[in-house]
Amino acid sequence: MALKIVKGSIDRMFDKNLQDLVRGIRNHKEDEAKYISTCIDEIKQELKQDNIAVKANAVCKLTYLQMLGYDVSWAAFNIVEVMSSSKFTYKRIGYLAASQCFHENTDVIMLTTNQIRKDLSSPNQYDTGVALTGLSCFVTPDLARDLANDIMTLMSHTKPYIRKKAVLIMYKVFLKYPESLRPAFPRLKEKLEDPDPGVQSAAVNVICELARRNPKNYLSLAPLFFKLMTSSTNNWVLIKIIKLFGALTPLEPRLGKKLIEPLTNLIHSTSAMSLLYECVNTVIAVLISLSSGMPNHSASIQLCVQKLRILIEDSDQNLKYLGLLAMSKILKTHPKSVQSHKDLILQCLDDKDESIRLRALDLLYGMVSKKNLMEIVKKLMIHVDKAEGTTYRDELLTKIIDICSQSNYQYITNFEWYISILVELTRLEGTRHGHLIASQMLDVAIRVKAIRVFAVAQMATLLDNAHLLTGNMQRNGICEVLYAAAWICGEFSEHLENPVQTLEAMLRPKVATLPGHIQAVYVQNAAKLFATILKNQEGNTDSTAAQETSQMMIDRLPLFVQSANLEVQERASCILQLVKYIQKLQQKDVEVAEEVSALFAGELNPVAPKAQKKVPVPEGLDLDAWINEPPSESESEDEQPKAIFTKEEPKHSRPRHTEVDEKELARRREARKQEQANNPFYIKASPSSQKVYQEAPGVEHIPVVQIDLSVPLKVPGLPMSDQYVKLEEERRQKERAEKKKKEKKKRKEKRSGRGKKHDSGPESEEDITPAHVVDIVTEEMPENALPSDDDDKDPNDPHKALDIDLDKPLADSEKLPVRSHRAAGAPKSSAEDGEAENATPQEPKKKSSKEKRDKKKDKERDRKRSKEEKKKKKHKHEEKEEDLLGGQAEEPVVQSEEMKEVEAQPTSTSAEVSDLDFWLSNAPVPSNTQEAATVAEAAPAPEAPAGTAADSEPEEPKDTETEESSSKHKKKKQKKEKEEKEKKKKKKHHHHHHHSDGGGEESVQNGTVEEEEPLPPMSNYCLLAENSYIKMMMEDADQVCDIQGNLQDGSQVVVSVIFENKSDSFLKSMEFNVLDSLNSKLQRPEGSGPHDGLTVPFQLPPGVSNEARFVFTVQSIVMPQKLKGTLTFIVKNEDSSTHEKLDFKLHFTCTSYLITTPCYSDAFAKLLESGDLKSSSVRLEGVNMPFHHLLARICFHHHFSVVERIDSCASMYSRSIQGHHVCLLVKTSGQTVSIDAKCDEPTLLGNVLDEIKQTFSQC
Amino acid sequence: MIKAILIFNNHGKPRLIRFYQYFHQAAQDTSYCKAEDMQQQIIRETFHLVSKRDDNVCNFLEGGSLIGGSDYKLIYRHYATLYFVFCVDSSESELGILDLIQVFVETLDKCFENVCELDLIFHMDKVHYILQEVVMGGMVLETNMNEIVAQVEVQNRMEKSEGGLSAAPARAVSAVKNMNLPEIPRNINIGDINIKVPSLSPF
Repeated sequence: MALKIVKGSIDRMFDKNLQDLVRGIRNHKEDEAKYISTCIDEIKQELKQDNIAVKANAVCKLTYLQMLGYDVSWAAFNIVEVMSSSKFTYKRIGYLAASQCFHENTDVIMLTTNQIRKDLSSPNQYDTGVALTGLSCFVTPDLARDLANDIMTLMSHTKPYIRKKAVLIMYKVFLKYPESLRPAFPRLKEKLEDPDPGVQSAAVNVICELARRNPKNYLSLAPLFFKLMTSSTNNWVLIKIIKLFGALTPLEPRLGKKLIEPLTNLIHSTSAMSLLYECVNTVIAVLISLSSGMPNHSASIQLCVQKLRILIEDSDQNLKYLGLLAMSKILKTHPKSVQSHKDLILQCLDDKDESIRLRALDLLYGMVSKKNLMEIVKKLMIHVDKAEGTTYRDELLTKIIDICSQSNYQYITNFEWYISILVELTRLEGTRHGHLIASQMLDVAIRVKAIRVFAVAQMATLLDNAHLLTGNMQRNGICEVLYAAAWICGEFSEHLENPVQTLEAMLRPKVATLPGHIQAVYVQNAAKLFATILKNQEGNTDSTAAQETSQMMIDRLPLFVQSANLEVQERASCILQLVKYIQKLQQKDVEVAEEVSALFAGELNPVAPKAQKKVPVPEGLDLDAWINEPPSESESEDEQPKAIFTKEEPKHSRPRHTEVDEKELARRREARKQEQANNPFYIKASPSSQKVYQEAPGVEHIPVVQIDLSVPLKVPGLPMSDQYVKLEEERRQKERAEKKKKEKKKRKEKRSGRGKKHDSGPESEEDITPAHVVDIVTEEMPENALPSDDDDKDPNDPHKALDIDLDKPLADSEKLPVRSHRAAGAPKSSAEDGEAENATPQEPKKKSSKEKRDKKKDKERDRKRSKEEKKKKKHKHEEKEEDLLGGQAEEPVVQSEEMKEVEAQPTSTSAEVSDLDFWLSNAPVPSNTQEAATVAEAAPAPEAPAGTAADSEPEEPKDTETEESSSKHKKKKQKKEKEEKEKKKKKKHHHHHHHSDGGGEESVQNGTVEEEEPLPPMSNYCLLAENSYIKMMMEDADQVCDIQGNLQDGSQVVVSVIFENKSDSFLKSMEFNVLDSLNSKLQRPEGSGPHDGLTVPFQLPPGVSNEARFVFTVQSIVMPQKLKGTLTFIVKNEDSSTHEKLDFKLHFTCTSYLITTPCYSDAFAKLLESGDLKSSSVRLEGVNMPFHHLLARICFHHHFSVVERIDSCASMYSRSIQGHHVCLLVKTSGQTVSIDAKCDEPTLLGNVLDEIKQTFSQC
Repeated sequence: MIKAILIFNNHGKPRLIRFYQYFHQAAQDTSYCKAEDMQQQIIRETFHLVSKRDDNVCNFLEGGSLIGGSDYKLIYRHYATLYFVFCVDSSESELGILDLIQVFVETLDKCFENVCELDLIFHMDKVHYILQEVVMGGMVLETNMNEIVAQVEVQNRMEKSEGGLSAAPARAVSAVKNMNLPEIPRNINIGDINIKVPSLSPF
């Protein structure tokens, strides 16, 4: 044995540590991967060893390898092992590894719940800190739910180090478990005024994150934040608050008015650039929110713009960047004030820094007007030529298109210019944005009817010179443009000057090198062109021209029929046959043009992008239902080869398409039209009823634009947009001159009247009229589309769930789940557990069974709560008569006493809202902000009486009692009251209480014993000690057996003590001390002596109660224990403070060492058969309660679970923290209950039975 | 929120990565991609974006395609051989984060006494522990350098009192172990790598 240890430690000495690993990797530069894989093998070996130090070392190395990109998820379980080490060094390594590689789908995470809980309540603040840090990275919804209450308790920890971490992690908890937000919020709010600046900053941080997503719920905090803003000197906090105000102000314009003055002051006074910048940002937000209401803020705008100009002109690139960023925000509402700095922004376009250039580009977007669009785009085009990197050039390209196309081409006065810009952009080499240009071309050509003639001409030249675009393989991206060009030429072919030439260009052999989808469009549109040509030539007497065209088609199309692209092939062969047929008819001198062009009749209208989405689903249509049952997988495999097969011989099947005669075609067309008429998805040729624009003129009425032929249309690739700029200027000048003339006339007419003020200076926006009537067709929408604006919301946004009204009073159902230590034996759930157990191997892992137990407890708590609820109701009814505050009886009883804030909230909600109103309206003039701030401070005062009233109310003696409670001992009754409060404190979200409210009440009152009769409430909390100042209640000790049983940790017992302040004074510096016995010791933080007390990690304001947990180590568990202890504390009044002391006795019963452990009946039977167990029995007389109550009591108070129940006989099981099995057989007949028990430790059994007896003798 | 903190050297070798959000899927294609691969992709992309920038341009960079979205920004500083990159969303103040990086580096400098890249290479875990005192779960925890250093030191002392990870005997043996290595890799072709912390005016 000893030898083994020595050997182990020698091995260990040769283990690599992290430094060795790093060094090794650096020494194996050539074969790094190989070296690492041997290292991973070593690590796997190390992880198999029992020595936790070796494991920790291995996990540490894994963390490093994870950084290098190696998947280490296979070691997740080992990481959990290292996390649960008792040594801080290893624990820290474990948590670090977990935070690096755990995520929501890591399944071992669920094993960590209890370990993390243990670490959170560790007396060592750094254990807690490490656990919080780790948890912040891998918290899951389950962890959040289970640990929310523990973390909330930590928010009131004595150490600010823990407090700030607990506050920060709450944000993650809220995200994962939104139900926790409302119960936790009062305490979070409280932390805004924490004495420690770090905690305060953390609270501000969390609330700012929350408010950023759902600002409206946090509006009521504005006065508090305002106070912080005017008082805080911490720039971090200030920045966060000012950012928060930026988010709040759009919701409440009055807030903005209040903010402007202090923000302006800050802008003038602060030397910190970051603060200045955020102030400017928020002032901008305020101005945006005010832009409609308040006209007189030009001074503030000027100030902002000035400050930003200074930033932009600064030599520090960072400030320049931020200045531009903020400027773009002003731009949205006050474009005029930014436009005056156009020079500066254009100058930034030349900056060497790409980030800055991009920001400047963003600004340009908002700075264009009808007047300067051409000029700005011209400048951008120069930049496009100069730009070196393709990314920046692509960015420029998209920006040009964005700028021009914004708000439905609002600023474009001359679409010929725009088309030529697009054509120029096609010359860009290697751009990725070919499709963008293409879609712009299509969009403009479709929507601006008047431009089609010009567009078609341009596109024809593009097609003619297609080789320029496709010649270079690097230019591939741009060939997308040909897609648009071909389509436009085909669709609007009636405008083509020389269709035959274009057709020839579209059928060149070179086309076959283009991507398939473009070729397909080529083929299809060649057919359209062909139809147009036929139509044009039909009138001619000489039919040879038409026949020549047909021949050309027949000659060229076979090239496409051979295409590898299915689409191209299909279309080409289809059209080829059609043309052949037409040729036949032509030779017979039949007029075919009419019919051929009818193939492509009809006009396409643009469809709104959301149109499809907005088509309402017709009644009775279930889109999720299967039309055909899905085929099984094996079938689908069979089908695949068939698809390949058809591809091989397409020609045999094709020809029959063309053999359909004209009649048939016409009939089909008719049928199709019918169908289309009924089809909401089809875009009809008739003008839609929803067209907003003026009647679309027919094709023949399109105003033909006179194109100045000085523009060299035929030379592609030559910058020509400049000409348009000049033309446009001339046109404008002409217009202006005309206008002046008109005005002069008018003036002459009006001269007799008052003088005309109109100045003929620089033209205003409205003066510029578009070159021709720009007929922008609006997008079509389905007839019965529903207007909605929620299209843009992301349904997966986790913050959506946090959109919670925080001012509403906290409902009982919303309380956080608290770890409960009771388990009433619900036969059903234990059976479930039994089954679950069955599924797992014979020896279930401790952890997993624990998990299950937790779940079960949850369930039971739910049930119990619903019963509790009924009980409460009843009490309330009784109280109502007695209560002096009868009107309030409904509300405060439900509230937890522990949280004064929560309690105060319901009564003050309305007050608070009006507070905000008052706070906001009280200072219409910004100059008296100081006053307002003090008002805000004073405002909560009126709430106080209500709050205290609510507090004092539950203390009122309850004279009327129900039959049952009157029979009980006085003390018991008190206890029950307390325990009710406790229950209330356990904030557990549950669903049952709503529907159980009504009926349950009656059944209790008439006292009939039914099977469904709810169990009376039970609690393990008992009064520990009490004096005029404080009341201590202890929960019957609760056991936490270390998860890692193999680690040397002994058995631990956690005692939860509730401290309740009964006085009107403030209680602080509470110290909890217990005289250790040989057997039981209080766990104290490292370094403290055996007689030192433990500081209770909170202070108690009057009327408040809070819970603290203390850990004890216990050696022997067979005997009950009594420990003497003292609580010392300082009572602080307004004028004096006194030192007080309270003695108490802690009673550890044997029961408290039992853990509710579910047991399956087979295992139970085996256990009984094994013969290792000693038996004992006890008889209880005069037990007057239903059997299931009896069982529930045993389960609840003594931590048993029901294994099996048959009529009036039940077997129960429990296990001690040291692994003793305790089995009970409970039988009842009449009022006699006999309990036969077996256990492997007779002393323990005897004591447990005594305790059970005592429990029943009490009632 | 800070979404990620990356430290890598001039050649793009990661020295510390800390993701506060779980990135596991490639932005463009929907095929599942392991977290580790995704993280490496992000590092490569970020390095690509950051490394081609001059030292005298601004420290902000619009987010890359992987750490997606217009709401994200890369804020970085370049010290000697190392890039410190913070990926943040719009709730963080840009200048504030720049200052935070400075605080972090100064803290490293204090904890390692003249920090250089080698310190980060061999003591990644320690750097993590320091970072944990500055940023927690993507939110700024502490900005006061003295407070950070104090907390780190207390924890280091605790570790020492527990004997540390590699207790004394193991260290004694490391000399033996080094004999097996072809060369003692103490100064591996990294010249002057001390991170010079320029004193910046507080923000």
